[in-house]
Amino acid sequence: MSTDESGRPPSTPEYNAWREAYEASRLRDVPFETMSGVPVEPVYGDAPYPGQYPYTRGVYPSMYRSRLWTMRMFAGFGTAEDTNGRFKELLANGVMGLSTAFDMPTLMGRDSDSPWSTGEVGRAGVAIDTLADMEDLFADIDTSSVSTSMTINGPAAVALAMYIANAEKHGVERARLAGTIQNDIFKEYQAQKEYIYPPRPSVRIVTDMIKYTAAEMPRWHPVSISGYHIREAGSTAAQELAFTIANGFAYVEAAMAAGVDVDEFAGRLSFFFNSHSDFFEEIGKFRAARRIWARWMKERYGATREKSLLCRFHTQTAGVSLTAQQPENNIARVAIQALAGVLGGTQSLHTDAYDEALALPTEKSARVALRTQQIVAHETGAGLVADPLGGAPYVEWMTDEMERQAEAIFAHLDDLGNGSILEGVYAGIENGYFVGEIAESAYRFEREVNNGQRIIVGVNEFTDGDDGGTELLRIDAETEEYQLKRLADTKQARNDDAVRQTLAEVTATAADSTRNLMPPIMDAVKAYATLEEISMAMEAEFGTYVEKAII
Amino acid sequence: MTGISTDGATTDQAVPGRSATVEELYQAARSGHRRSLGRLLTHVERGGPQAETVSELAHPDSGSAHILGITGPPGAGKSTLVGQLVANLAASGRRPAVLAVDPSSPLTGGAILGDRIRMDVLPSASPPSNGRPQAGLGSASGETPRSSHAGEPGGVDQTSVAFIRSMATRGHSGGLALAVPLAVRLFDAVGYDPVIIETVGVGQVEVDVVGAADTALVVVTPGMGDAVQANKAGLLEVADVFVVNKADRPGANDVRRDLDLMLDLSHMTGQEAVGGYRPPIVMSAAIDGTGAVDVLAAAQAHLDYLDETDQRSMRRRQRIITEVRARLEQRLSQHTDLLLDSEAGRAVITSAEAGETPPTIASAALLDALLGRDH
Amino acid sequence: MSDPQLRVVLAKLGLDGHDRGIKVVARILRDAGMEVIYLGLRQTTGSIIAAAEQEDADAIGLSMHNAGHLTLSANMLKALEEAQLDIPVIIGGIIPDQDLDDLEKVGVAAVLGPGASAEEVAQAVRDAVEANLATNP
Repeated sequence: MSTDESGRPPSTPEYNAWREAYEASRLRDVPFETMSGVPVEPVYGDAPYPGQYPYTRGVYPSMYRSRLWTMRMFAGFGTAEDTNGRFKELLANGVMGLSTAFDMPTLMGRDSDSPWSTGEVGRAGVAIDTLADMEDLFADIDTSSVSTSMTINGPAAVALAMYIANAEKHGVERARLAGTIQNDIFKEYQAQKEYIYPPRPSVRIVTDMIKYTAAEMPRWHPVSISGYHIREAGSTAAQELAFTIANGFAYVEAAMAAGVDVDEFAGRLSFFFNSHSDFFEEIGKFRAARRIWARWMKERYGATREKSLLCRFHTQTAGVSLTAQQPENNIARVAIQALAGVLGGTQSLHTDAYDEALALPTEKSARVALRTQQIVAHETGAGLVADPLGGAPYVEWMTDEMERQAEAIFAHLDDLGNGSILEGVYAGIENGYFVGEIAESAYRFEREVNNGQRIIVGVNEFTDGDDGGTELLRIDAETEEYQLKRLADTKQARNDDAVRQTLAEVTATAADSTRNLMPPIMDAVKAYATLEEISMAMEAEFGTYVEKAII
Repeated sequence: MTGISTDGATTDQAVPGRSATVEELYQAARSGHRRSLGRLLTHVERGGPQAETVSELAHPDSGSAHILGITGPPGAGKSTLVGQLVANLAASGRRPAVLAVDPSSPLTGGAILGDRIRMDVLPSASPPSNGRPQAGLGSASGETPRSSHAGEPGGVDQTSVAFIRSMATRGHSGGLALAVPLAVRLFDAVGYDPVIIETVGVGQVEVDVVGAADTALVVVTPGMGDAVQANKAGLLEVADVFVVNKADRPGANDVRRDLDLMLDLSHMTGQEAVGGYRPPIVMSAAIDGTGAVDVLAAAQAHLDYLDETDQRSMRRRQRIITEVRARLEQRLSQHTDLLLDSEAGRAVITSAEAGETPPTIASAALLDALLGRDH
Repeated sequence: MSDPQLRVVLAKLGLDGHDRGIKVVARILRDAGMEVIYLGLRQTTGSIIAAAEQEDADAIGLSMHNAGHLTLSANMLKALEEAQLDIPVIIGGIIPDQDLDDLEKVGVAAVLGPGASAEEVAQAVRDAVEANLATNP
């Protein structure tokens, strides 16, 4: 309810508190008015305002008036040198943070010369075998000034150790490194399936990394709790929300059980959501995520620092929504999804390239994707006002509905775990609850598309005009040959005794849960032990995992 | 017992083609050709004259394998346990076969058979490149040392000594009652021992199938009132060995106590009355997989007990009676269908439909016709 | 049953863990009355062949989303030939049009993209089995 023509909210204690916080924030030096010159307020509507508990309306009082979201573009293909070139190109084009995609062998803890890797080296991301590749990947990039995100989970500890070792070689101390490593192992068992070890030892690695970064790397986010892949695997929006946040609770419980104070690490947990095409449902989901996280962290886990209560998240547009048919249409889908992410208050955003249903993005398609979010940022005015849809009956109802569905799932997990969400998540992984629910939702959606109840433009309706003339990125076979040679040379040049010794130490540490795995992994990385050697040194102790068939 | 070649498809003799006769397939299967055995099992599943030929061929060569039945509620970890049993058996030089029975969709007749996923932990053709040398000692929750999982890519995995076949119930409980014993006989005849039948313990037929094994294992887990449910389903009465799976979970000892109590209370086992046998309760831990060794030891002890007390042949006779009965019922049912479709049969039906003949009299007349009795 | 029940082995070959599509296909084939032997993730040519032999598969369906389909498909077909198994292989996943000819050349029976309807999926399996029976009597 506004007090005057300006639309400014009434001067309540909440509003005044918000105003004070807003005015204390540093603002961007741009006019805060519409395209036609109409000045606008930083926020409209009712309390609680952005930056106020439970943060439904945003984590910061000034939101994008202080800082636009980070435009973070995911890149990785071929050899480390190839990706290094793409990184530099992105930085030159105004990207603020790098995001690394690794190839499938790397994600599974396999080297390029493993028989498992045949045909997959450098295909879906960059191949990293040893520290030498990480050095190539970040050659001529100042790791003290960029924020780097690494999308890797099973071998996350090894990748982080390589990133640190590379930086330190260039004189950048680990305390100065800023970035995020995905390291969200729960969703691997639930959706993405890139796990190596059984759940419990995997979570031990995660908690070791939480402890290590809490002590030594204040600018690093040790876990990015990711709903993205859960959604891509076919879940509903509410399932994505609930499973992700529940995984967050599970990490909190695991770290607390390992003796870390909740306020010491909770502030550095971050989230990663999908932004799909149902605009208002997505916005409701993002708003509900903030409210749920704040409430549970405060009420159930006793967090007291404000930072521990904030659900800050990265958003990526929905790869699964992109169609192979009439791929140019995907530019429109991505724009709408990006706008939902921004209106939902995301802290960073990756926009998908229109050709991703066909292949890895070309330089051109990756640029169009970046331009899409730059248009949202600079032309639409979407960042002028914090939570501009807050107060709309439909949006508020959708936010409540998302929360209601999520709470029902939390109650189920709490029950499964006899009062522990962590145990509930383990149980849900083991009994197939998560994969079963996701498969059910995916199948329902496919059936609706199949029987025409749900229209996908260019796929089951409006199908004229698919000219198939899209130019695609091809990874040539030479990538694999090059990478194999690179690996062979590195193995040739290293000291095998040092490798053996450091690997033995990794295995010994894995056997002793009171010790932290990060230091021995750092030593092995510096000795140029390979990703697979280090992963297998842990596997010797931890074993592997085969999931149950739930379809 | 026939020897099974260790490299399946590449035996010297000619590989039977698609048009091979049942006899040719059988001979190839006896000399280790896995594809031929796979084909024969398809004939067994389909029933009909080919299945009868399989039965007649296999009959003289069978009778020595130890038949293990494994059942328990969904989610009890049966498949993982079977995988561990198979790996242990293979490691000790045995040649186990598994028949994994799962329900068909009653609506479409289709089925999704996913039990292999957690069973397939056999030693592989290519040497593992890394990890532990010992194969298959995974845990009950599907956690296995990497080196045991399906081998490295590239090589054709032909040396697995075990044979796993998934079988859908195909909506005919009668069909299952015929197909399962015949598949078991076939495995036995071509040299597999033991033969393990896994079913989900819901439904009388599944319970009967497992109950007809030499040794019936009932798997339960802590925390879900499994023991009580197993009791309700009639599983306790057929159990020769109980396995408390996931015994590292809270509540495992409660399940054990429940089972003990139920065994105390029941004068049921009959076995106890005969030979002082009380089904042991084996705790199967999820971490180190040693439970599999204990389960196999308990199964072997039960087999020894059967041999000592001459009950093994008694069980075998019982199985044969059951199978003969099932076959007879199937034949009668086929003849009934034919009769009802014949002119004479239709006349009786028409009369019954018109209310002229009561159903009791109509059916008696049809039975007489079926049996060739003349009034 | 006049129509013998088709048995199809479904697997992910290689390291790629995207299993949304293959799970949907498993249900589609079940609902079309087929028996699906689901092998799941991280299968090798060897493990797929072992299963196809033991299960007497009429067809093998492989799902690939890792851009490794050319190499992996060729490996699979070669391994089948070495094992003397005449079982048709159907590939599903993200396959660019440019690769269709190459896949056909190595002997892939059919390729199903993300837009295939349930009917198309089931029919592709039936057609592949029928064509295979015609060429390998």
